[in-house]
Amino acid sequence: MVPIRSVPSTPSSLAANDFPWIIEHREDRCTLCGRCTAVCPVNAIKLSYMRQRMPKLVLNAAERKTSYRTFVGIRQKTDVSKRCVGCGMCAMVCPNQAIKPVPNPTRDRVRFQNTQKGEAWKRGGRRNEPGANLLDKIIFTRISMLTDPALDAGRHEFFMNTLLGRVLSPEEYLKRKINGGWIPPVREIFPFIIGSMSFGALSPNMWLGLLQGVAYLNEVHKIPVVMATGEGGCPPWVLKSKFLKYMILQIASGYFGWDEIIRAIPEMKCDPAAIEIKYGQGAKPGDGGLLMWFKVSKLIARLRGVPEGVDLPSPPVHQTLYSIEESVMKMIQSLSMAWDFRVPVYPKISGSNSAKAVLNNLVRNPYAAGLLIDGVDGGTGAAYNVSMDFMGHPIASNLRECYLDLCAQGKQNEIPLFAAGGVGKNGNVTQNGMALIMLGASGVHLGKYIMQAAAGCLGAEDHNRCNICNIGLCPKGITSQNPKIYRRLDPDKVAERVVDTFLAIRTEMKKIMAPLGRSQSLPIGMSDALGIADKAAAERLQIKYVC
Amino acid sequence: MCRLALKTSNEAFSPYGVFEAMEAMQEGYDGSGLGLIMRGIQFTDYSYNPRDPVLSGIAHTEEALHRLNAFMQDKGFALKYDHEFNVDLTHIEAKDRHKYLLRVYKMPESWNNLSQEEIEERLMLTRLALRKDGEEHGGDLTSFAFWPDVIMIKEVGWPLEVGKALGLDEDRIKARVCMAQGRQNTNWGINLYACHPFFIQGIATMTNGENTAFIPIKDWLTGKGFPGYIGYQSDSEVFTHILHYVLKQLKLPLQAYKHVITPLKTEELAEHPQGDFLLGLRNACRRLIIDGPNAVIGTLPDETCLLVMDAKKLRPATVGGKPGTWAMASEMCGVDAMIPDRDKSKDFQPMRPHTVIVPPDRQEYKIWSQFDQFPLPQAA
Ligand code: SF4
Ligand code: SF4
Repeated sequence: MVPIRSVPSTPSSLAANDFPWIIEHREDRCTLCGRCTAVCPVNAIKLSYMRQRMPKLVLNAAERKTSYRTFVGIRQKTDVSKRCVGCGMCAMVCPNQAIKPVPNPTRDRVRFQNTQKGEAWKRGGRRNEPGANLLDKIIFTRISMLTDPALDAGRHEFFMNTLLGRVLSPEEYLKRKINGGWIPPVREIFPFIIGSMSFGALSPNMWLGLLQGVAYLNEVHKIPVVMATGEGGCPPWVLKSKFLKYMILQIASGYFGWDEIIRAIPEMKCDPAAIEIKYGQGAKPGDGGLLMWFKVSKLIARLRGVPEGVDLPSPPVHQTLYSIEESVMKMIQSLSMAWDFRVPVYPKISGSNSAKAVLNNLVRNPYAAGLLIDGVDGGTGAAYNVSMDFMGHPIASNLRECYLDLCAQGKQNEIPLFAAGGVGKNGNVTQNGMALIMLGASGVHLGKYIMQAAAGCLGAEDHNRCNICNIGLCPKGITSQNPKIYRRLDPDKVAERVVDTFLAIRTEMKKIMAPLGRSQSLPIGMSDALGIADKAAAERLQIKYVC
Repeated sequence: MCRLALKTSNEAFSPYGVFEAMEAMQEGYDGSGLGLIMRGIQFTDYSYNPRDPVLSGIAHTEEALHRLNAFMQDKGFALKYDHEFNVDLTHIEAKDRHKYLLRVYKMPESWNNLSQEEIEERLMLTRLALRKDGEEHGGDLTSFAFWPDVIMIKEVGWPLEVGKALGLDEDRIKARVCMAQGRQNTNWGINLYACHPFFIQGIATMTNGENTAFIPIKDWLTGKGFPGYIGYQSDSEVFTHILHYVLKQLKLPLQAYKHVITPLKTEELAEHPQGDFLLGLRNACRRLIIDGPNAVIGTLPDETCLLVMDAKKLRPATVGGKPGTWAMASEMCGVDAMIPDRDKSKDFQPMRPHTVIVPPDRQEYKIWSQFDQFPLPQAA
C-alpha cells in the first residue's frame, strides 16, 4: 500500500463516479470546440490537457526511456460545489455527440456531502420522487357505449370552463337579486391554470412568453386561460394593460410588488382575474418564498421595492397572522375592498391535515372566493431539500376530503376548490387534472409542468436532474435574471408552446369527457367515473377499486 | 333506452290505452320495470274528492299491511276508500305482492289549520316514513306516492301484462293524465323504486336515456338536506327533484327549469334580455346541469304536462294530438298509438332550447324557447 500522505483524501473528496451524474466523454469524437464547458451552468467540466505515458518494450537498456503522449479531453470536476447536475446542456450543444451525462446507477455520495459550510441543501424543482404518482394511477372507467351513446370528441360541442369566485346558493342568489344585494364576482375560466411563478423566480423572457401565450389563447382561441403572478408583483406595464384581466395577482407574506400594484389601481384599465393570498405552498409548507440574491437583479429590485443583490426570504407567515379568523378574514376583505368587491379573492394553502379546518373557516366567510390547495409534489424555484421532499400532504386525498366535506354541507358549488402539486409530473397533465376535477376540484394549477412543456425546463426527479433554479443559472434561461442566460429563451417561442400545450390539453379533455358521455359541463365531482387498482387508495378517495 | 308515453285529455280515459302505446314502442325496453302515474282520477265504484290524498304502493306481506294500517290510524288519517284491484298475478313474475295499495284517506282533523305548504310537507313526510318503515323491514312495504289526485303504480313486467295483472283493462280507474314508462334496465339493479315516473310533492317526471352527470347532481341535491331528496335508485330521479327544487324551493316559473338543466351558453346569454339574471342562475345552479341524452316528460299538479330535451338532443321525442287531447312519447309510433286520428303535420319534436307545455285547458300546446324572455318575480 502507498503511504497515506500521498493519497489526497479529505472527508469530502469524491471520485467522478460518486456523483449523481457521470460525464461520459469520447475523445475520439471531440472536436475540442469548447462549447460544452462554456455552456455548463455549474462549471462541472473542464477542458484539460492530459499526459499519457507510452512505455516502450525494448531490450536494449540504452534505448529504454519512457515517452509521453499529451492529449486534450473533457473531465468532470470532483468538487462537491461543482457537481454535474445532469442538465444535459453539454450534450445539447456538442456538435459531435461526444459528451453526455449518465445517471449514476449506484447510490451517489454527494447526498452525504452537500452540507458544505454548514449550509443545508437548497434547490429548485419538486419532491424528488420519480415514478408514477397516485394521480397517474387513476383511470376513467365509466365508458358510455350502448346505454347512452358516447360522444364524438371531434364534433360535439364541449363546455369545459369552470368558475372562479364565490358562488351564492340559488336561494341566496334570488334573494339578493330581488333586494339588490351584492353578488360576488365570478370568473368563467379554463380549468387548467398557469400557477403562481413569480416575476423574479422566472426570467423576464419566460414571464413575457407565458403572458403572450395566455393572451393569444384568450383572444385568438377564446380559451379563457389565466395565469397567476406568484409573489413579486407584476410589471407596471402589465398592470396598466388590458392583459391584466388574464392575471391572478398573488400577495404573499413578503408583500413584494404590492406597492406598485396598489399604486397602479387608479390607472388599471380592467380588473385582474383574481387575487390569490398565499399562506402556504406545497413545495415548502410553512416556509416563505425564497428569492436568493443571485436573482435579485436591478429590474427585480425595482419591482419588489428592495435593494439589488440581497436574499429575499419571505416570512413564513403573514404579519397579520394572529389567528386564522383575523388573517383570512381581514386580508380577504381588505383586498376585496381594494377593487370595490369586483375581484374574487381566495387563499392558497399547502396541502395539510388542517386543510379542512381552513376550508370551513372560508365557508363562513362570505368574501372568500375559493380555496387553492397545493399538494406535496408542488414545485418551486428555491427551497430547502428537506421541505421539498418531506413536508406537505399529497393532493388527492386532501382535496377529496375537502370536497366531500363541502358536499356534506351542500356547499360544493359555493366555494370552488382548486388543486395543485404534481399535476403533470410525469407528463400526464390532462389525465392528472381531470382526475382531480372528478375528485372534486374546480380546476388545477400547473407550474413545473408549464416550465417543462412551454420552455423546455430540464428539471426532473430522477437523480435530481438540474433543479438549480435557485441560483440564477438556469441553463434554459427560464429561472435566471442574467440577461446573458435568459436571452437564450425566446419569448415568442415560449408563447407558441404555451398555446400548443393548452390546445392539446383541450383536445385531451374532450377525449376524456366524450367517452364518459359528458359535454355539457365540466365533470366536477364525477367520482363514479374513476377507478384505481389500489384498494386502500380507492377506499380513501371513495372511488371504485378496479383490477 | 327506455320508452315514455304520456296522454292528457279533457275526458278521463283508461290507462290501458297508454300501455298499448308502450307496446307499440316495444323494442326499446326489456320489461324490467313499468311505472304509471295518473292524475284527474275517477273510479267507477267510488266518487272521489280530488282534495283527498291517495296512497299508492305495495304491501308485500300481511304484516306490512297491519303496520301501515296502524301507522295511518296513529297519524289520524281516516280510510275513505280502498281500491281492490282484480289481481291476477299469473301475468307477472313477482310473487310477494300481498296487496297493491290504492287508498283514499281523509286528512287528519288537526291539519285543518295548516297552510298549504305545511300540508304538502306533511304529506311528503308521511310517504317517506312509510318508505323508511318498509326499508327497515326488509322492503316489505313500498310507497310510491301519497298525494291528492295522484295514483302511481310500479311493477316489474311488460306493460300489457302488468295492466292485466292489475285489472286495469277493466276500466275501473280512469284519469285525465296518464304517464307511463317502460324501463330498459341499464346499470341499476331491478328495484321498484327505480322505475319511472318519479314523484315528489305533486311533481312527476320520467326520462329516457342516461344522465351521466348523475353523481355530482345527486351529491348536490342530497347536500340540500331536504327530506324528499333521497332515493336515487335511478339516475333519472334527479330530474324530478330538480323540477321540484326550481318550482317549489326557488319558486321560479316553469320556464326556469330548462334554464337550470340546460343553460344557454355565455355568448347566448350576453344577447338574452334576461341574460344577467340567467347567467347568475346558471352559476348558482351549476351542479344541476344535466348531461343527457335525455327526454324528460312531466306533469304538474294543475295537470300541466311538459316535455324537454337535454342540450345534446340525441333523443327523439314527439308531441302531437288535437285540441282536448294530446300525447307525448319518446317515439313517434307511441304518439300514433295513443292518438291515431290527429293531424300529424302539427306534431312537434322539441329542440335544444324548447320546453313544450300542454296547459290544463289542453286547447293547444305551447313551445317556449330559452331565447325568449319569460315572466319573473321582480328578480330580473
Ligand atoms: S450535464 Fe449539465 S451540469 Fe453536467 S456537465 Fe453537462 S452541462 Fe454541465
Ligand atoms: S432548466 Fe431551469 S427551470 Fe428547469 S430545473 Fe433547470 S434551472 Fe430549474
